[in-house]
Amino acid sequence: MTPALRRWVFLAGLAGLVAFYLWGLTGLPGFGHYHGPYGTIINRVAVGQTNATGVVSAVNFDYRAVDTLGEEFILFIAAAGVGTVLRQLRDEREDQADAGGGEDEQAGGAGGEGSGDTSAPTDATRLAALVMVGPAVLMAWNLAAHAQTSPSGGFQGGVVLATAFIMIYLAGQFLVFRRLSPVAVTDAVEAAGAGGFAAVGLIAAFTGLAYLANFLPLGSDPGAVSSSGTIALISFLVGVEVAAAFILIVSELLDQALLIRQEGR
Amino acid sequence: MHILPFIVVAWILAVGLYGIVTSRHLVHQIVCLIVVQSSTYVLLLGVGYVTGAVAPYFSDVGARTPAVDPVVQALALTDVVVEAAVTALLLAIAVQAHKRFGTLDPQELVQLRG
Repeated sequence: MTPALRRWVFLAGLAGLVAFYLWGLTGLPGFGHYHGPYGTIINRVAVGQTNATGVVSAVNFDYRAVDTLGEEFILFIAAAGVGTVLRQLRDEREDQADAGGGEDEQAGGAGGEGSGDTSAPTDATRLAALVMVGPAVLMAWNLAAHAQTSPSGGFQGGVVLATAFIMIYLAGQFLVFRRLSPVAVTDAVEAAGAGGFAAVGLIAAFTGLAYLANFLPLGSDPGAVSSSGTIALISFLVGVEVAAAFILIVSELLDQALLIRQEGR
Repeated sequence: MHILPFIVVAWILAVGLYGIVTSRHLVHQIVCLIVVQSSTYVLLLGVGYVTGAVAPYFSDVGARTPAVDPVVQALALTDVVVEAAVTALLLAIAVQAHKRFGTLDPQELVQLRG
């Protein structure tokens, strides 16, 4: 199919899609006139039932916790999938990340030998990246610890925590990045985060409650960091899992660029 | 009836799809898929919006304050996570495609494999 023909076929299909969409819009309540029952009910009861003032987190980690468990395992499986797709193939070899020793410190270039195609970051990049590492770690735990009170939680915190590790790579310290997050340890941490979430649900089930029911004490003060029972705990576990998953995904992609070589090159 | 946000949804969806169909580079195509998925965020948040309501966080406002629907916001968060997972997998596949076939042009890849 030529590109021009492809474009016309697409535009014809798009016209049909737009027609159906506009037809569907006529049955929707107008923007700003939401009258669904569930959101209204949850906004009324969530603070009293869970002591979490962040209702989105209450939905994610309590009312819809089973969905979130599935969502977390989507990420878990994606990290495993990236590792599988980017595995070392038969005709490839992996440069040893540790072979270069302290080479990264002098050269500033990432990845030991065989990385001649990566240019060293400038001093400004290195400084900015290293300065960001500490605040990123702090912000990550701040986000992960405040799911119950503010628009944050484990997913956001986990991504920011992974960013802290990637900052170390951006500063030209690929070997430090690898030493701080060895694949075996990161794998184990990721599994602990994902398994911990499932285990919290099982504990609730063994105590006679529904799976993933909020069985911990809710605290006395809505909006306190220590309140909301399993919401805070699950948010923390999700943060661990998400951070480890993103570090794994990024380091697999970096390995491809910096370490994996085809035989004969 | 205000339907502008829903028109925006359709527009984001359409430009993203157009990009996917006409793209000549796999990474560009993956970014276009992200654009398509972004339309669902706008749709979800648009559906749950209530004129004059606050975000569903009751730390600083009274418990009876009208707030927008928290369920669609939670769904949008799920959406973001799934998108990140899908993007990571697709990028990994693009890396392998480039290694195997030496090109990232989807149309050339089609010709390679008949």
